[in-house]
Amino acid sequence: MNLPILSILIFLPLIGVFFLIFTKGSEEFIIKTSFRVSLITSVLTFFISIFLWINFDSSTTSFQFVQEKKWIKDFINYKVGIDGISLVFILLTTLIVPICIISTINSVKLRIKEFLISLLLMETLMLGVFCSLDLFIFFLFFEAGLIPMFIIIGIWGGEKRVYSAFKFFLYTLFGSVFMLIAIIFIFYEYGTLDVTKLLILDIDKNYQNYLWLGFFASFAVKTPMWPFHTWLPDAHVEAPTSGSVILAAILLKMAGYGFIRFSIGLFPHACLYFAPLIFILSIIAIIYTSLVALMQKDMKKLIAYSSVAHMGFVTLGIFVFNGNGLAGSIFQMFSHGIISAALFLCVGVVYDRMHSRKILDYGGIVNKMPKFSALFLIFILASIGLPGTSGFIGEFLILLGVFKYNYFVALLAALGVILSACYGLWLYKRVVFGKITNSKINDLVDLNNKELLVLTSLVLLTLILGIYPNIILDTVSVSTDNIIYIFNEKTNIKMTFND
Amino acid sequence: MSYILVFAPLFGFLTTIFFGKLLGDRLSQILTSSLVLISSLISFYYFYGFVFNNYQPFKHLIFNWVTSEELVLNWSIYIDQLTSIMLVIINFISLLVHIYSIEYMNHDNSKPRFMSYLSLFTFAMIMLVSADNFLQLFFGWEGVGLASYLLIGFWYNKDSANKAAIKAFIVNRVGDFGLAIGIFLIYKYFGSLNYSDVFENINSLSSYKINILNINGNLLSFITFFLFIGAMGKSAQIFLHTWLPDAMEGPTPVSALIHAATMVTAGIFLVVRCSPLFENSVIILNFITIIGASTALYAATVALVQNDIKRVIAYSTCSQLGYMFVATGLGAYHIAIFHLFTHAFFKALLFLGAGSVIHSLSDEQDMRKMGGLWKKIPFTYVFMIIGTLAITGFPFLSGYYSKDAIIEATYYSQNKYAGYAVFTCVFTAILTSIYSWRLIIKTFHGNFQNSNLNFDNIKDSGLCIFIPLFVLAIGALFCGMVFRDVLVGDNYINYWKNSIFYSEIYSLKHPPIWFIVLTPLLSTLAIPLSIYLFLKNKKIINDLKTRHEPLYKFLLNKWYFDEFYSFLLVNPIKKIGNYLWQIGDVFIIDGFGPNGFAKITRFFSNQAVKFQSGYLYHYAFVMLIFLSIFLTIVLI
Repeated sequence: MNLPILSILIFLPLIGVFFLIFTKGSEEFIIKTSFRVSLITSVLTFFISIFLWINFDSSTTSFQFVQEKKWIKDFINYKVGIDGISLVFILLTTLIVPICIISTINSVKLRIKEFLISLLLMETLMLGVFCSLDLFIFFLFFEAGLIPMFIIIGIWGGEKRVYSAFKFFLYTLFGSVFMLIAIIFIFYEYGTLDVTKLLILDIDKNYQNYLWLGFFASFAVKTPMWPFHTWLPDAHVEAPTSGSVILAAILLKMAGYGFIRFSIGLFPHACLYFAPLIFILSIIAIIYTSLVALMQKDMKKLIAYSSVAHMGFVTLGIFVFNGNGLAGSIFQMFSHGIISAALFLCVGVVYDRMHSRKILDYGGIVNKMPKFSALFLIFILASIGLPGTSGFIGEFLILLGVFKYNYFVALLAALGVILSACYGLWLYKRVVFGKITNSKINDLVDLNNKELLVLTSLVLLTLILGIYPNIILDTVSVSTDNIIYIFNEKTNIKMTFND
Repeated sequence: MSYILVFAPLFGFLTTIFFGKLLGDRLSQILTSSLVLISSLISFYYFYGFVFNNYQPFKHLIFNWVTSEELVLNWSIYIDQLTSIMLVIINFISLLVHIYSIEYMNHDNSKPRFMSYLSLFTFAMIMLVSADNFLQLFFGWEGVGLASYLLIGFWYNKDSANKAAIKAFIVNRVGDFGLAIGIFLIYKYFGSLNYSDVFENINSLSSYKINILNINGNLLSFITFFLFIGAMGKSAQIFLHTWLPDAMEGPTPVSALIHAATMVTAGIFLVVRCSPLFENSVIILNFITIIGASTALYAATVALVQNDIKRVIAYSTCSQLGYMFVATGLGAYHIAIFHLFTHAFFKALLFLGAGSVIHSLSDEQDMRKMGGLWKKIPFTYVFMIIGTLAITGFPFLSGYYSKDAIIEATYYSQNKYAGYAVFTCVFTAILTSIYSWRLIIKTFHGNFQNSNLNFDNIKDSGLCIFIPLFVLAIGALFCGMVFRDVLVGDNYINYWKNSIFYSEIYSLKHPPIWFIVLTPLLSTLAIPLSIYLFLKNKKIINDLKTRHEPLYKFLLNKWYFDEFYSFLLVNPIKKIGNYLWQIGDVFIIDGFGPNGFAKITRFFSNQAVKFQSGYLYHYAFVMLIFLSIFLTIVLI
């Protein structure tokens, strides 16, 4: 098949953007058409990714659907291609974006066309990140993704949106500078930025540590890892619902993807060297942010902090260098993408009705919104990792992998599972249960059809992945095994019992 | 057929939770109950087959669950002798509770929801016992925890119920943490989580030493220790028991099903299921004996002074679970299951009887506001008496056979701590008798103490409550006698076969006659004693109360466990959380990170602005300085 299907996938949303820009007319007409156009484009993109998935050969380790074009001679190639890991993230992206667009209908009231343009632009950039096989292209997509998000927070955000937007920008920019330097260095030293070539290359041990740190600076901020996480709660709190959804569900996953693809692939020795650092930071992230989440008074902040804790599991799983941990991390990212998206949507649902995110303003909404409460409960349970939901499989596989590597780390990480139950259920209790104290709650109406559709489909997805996780695990297993295999080859270590 | 057994309750749950409104109350109740009826009939069929037709254990693969590296786990249905008796208990008690709930919940507005939760619980419990690997067990384990959370917090407008629900879930999570660690350890060393793979490879690892957190020890001891932590959480053993009494906030049928007959026995099931592991680590068996015996004693002392009728029974459950653990600790697994079996009947009977009392008194649970009820609710009274006789081990009732089997087992055990177990078990038996009769006397005898209710209007409950009580009473009277030979008789191995592993053949030697007679005699003698103390001459008790007030308060407040935990854990955790947020995130990270950065930039830009003063001599001065510096550097 010679169809450049990946490029079509990546740039399809841009075509939607193109149409949107030239939509003119009465305000009502603009709103209607721009919704239709963006929804159709994003759903089409989703279908293309499903098509990719069907045609994907999950038994081979090599990159598939590869397409290459010279851009700047001897310097930058436009090269895209995917393996199982990329595919999973592509699916996540194309799945979440339509959901975001549907949820925008309720949460954004101003300049809807421009908002949708930013969303579709984001989609293109994020798909680009997961497909690119050239470091420079990757960097372009990775950093450009910052701009639409910055705009979304800065224009459609809440009261302190400017502060949050700048904090977000400052943090992420700070990280990317170092990554850029590392990339330029790689180019000068090895003469290529082609990822497939770099992956089989043994990069000099002396350089690895510095280069690793350069990439780490960028990924750690985006993940976010402790102590570079403080931009996330602020960004979430100020962002509109669909902004939060896209931030939590996809944007955070780019860094995890980067860790897997580049840090482990290119700098295995440095990975081993820095693994203890990652463990310490991840453990702190899990326990520290869980404790902080416990005391939050703002629902969105609480969920944001819980995201940091969940991403702590992800980084742990990546840096134990075994198949279970790696597959678990990828699964956890996918599942967290769905669950955190759903949780932010849930907060959005009540925020649109009450215009408050303060936990204290709620209580007893189950009496007025039983359907919402039931769905919200399932997402909370998924988020605290109840078996049968997707949240469990990820955490379980990660802890299994970590336990093989080091007891102490695993024990501490497992404590996070108890803490997550504390903040999750306590949040649910304070928001949903109890007597109605705020008179506004009496006027609440239950979910409308659109919200019901979106949330139910996410619930189904969570449960299906929890009961039959092999849908994802089968897709990634060959790629993860391959990564571990190459890693072990390069570092020459055999994983054995360590006690 | 086994598929129907497993999935009928799930089907009931899904149908009633989604279409409950459509079906209406009555239809949802009938639907869920009949589906559980089907399940229980099938489980009786299997049990019958295992007892009489010499069935072999069998396994059905449902589908593959998780595959990652060498980890391959399936959803499956595995039924052997142990599972089959658990299935009988679960489905049968669940059926009776379903029927009972039809009447008990008749004033409630969300009956379909209640019935669906009960079915959900039944499904999760079946998944737990019919697992063939540790992860499916864990699924059931947390699934029953979820059902318990939902049912305790069923009346969601009640703040205390919500708190109790969360407490139950979180304390159980602490236990689950242990269980999960145990599972990870098993996977790391056995490379598999399927029971068959693990149990067959024990010999190769039975003397393997490992080091966790600088503690050297036998691998199997570590594994079983962590598994037992899980069992302690679920079965409310001392230190992790605090959730069980609070769980009484839920509706009474729930307490009977989940917090007496089935879910809390999951811990015992786990230990028995993993008997091949436990048999290889003597230290942990000793530990189990101590924990079990201590729990039995502790809970009995607390039960002596509680005033809430359900809390007394809850502590009594705790105490009986302690007995079961003592039995497993001694390696008498089949006796533990036998006690579990009889206990399910008489404890469910007691709870449902108490529920009937509460129902008749318009939801009054405080025994101080009862009294003299036997005239008004005679049937309930009779059933409660039967239940009490059974639990106190009155000769030839079910509790007599099972509890005495445990006490006899302690007498001849080789276990180092058997002496402690003998003493606590016998002493607890006496206490059991006293607090159980205290409950009967306070509730049914004496004068009616409640001024809010008109004594003449109290009526006994209807048919849907009567039938389950009747059936359970039959069970409490006879199941010990009937099943004793099969389950714990001299040829007990004919039934259990390979479903339980004994490192040495457990022989049932009979202790001397005086010892056999001792416990029933003492607990029977406790009957007149309690009548005297609690009915005839209340002065003695009141005197004791005033004279030993600190002790009384100590018992009344359950040895101050809750206060201790909130002092040691809950409050500090909240404080630390706040501290990390305000000091860690806001002050340090933001202060020195982005905000500090912004401040520094602003500071320097302000300085830079000052330079641009517009005065020519300022610029000239700066130029001069830099020129001289430049010249110095160049010239040198």
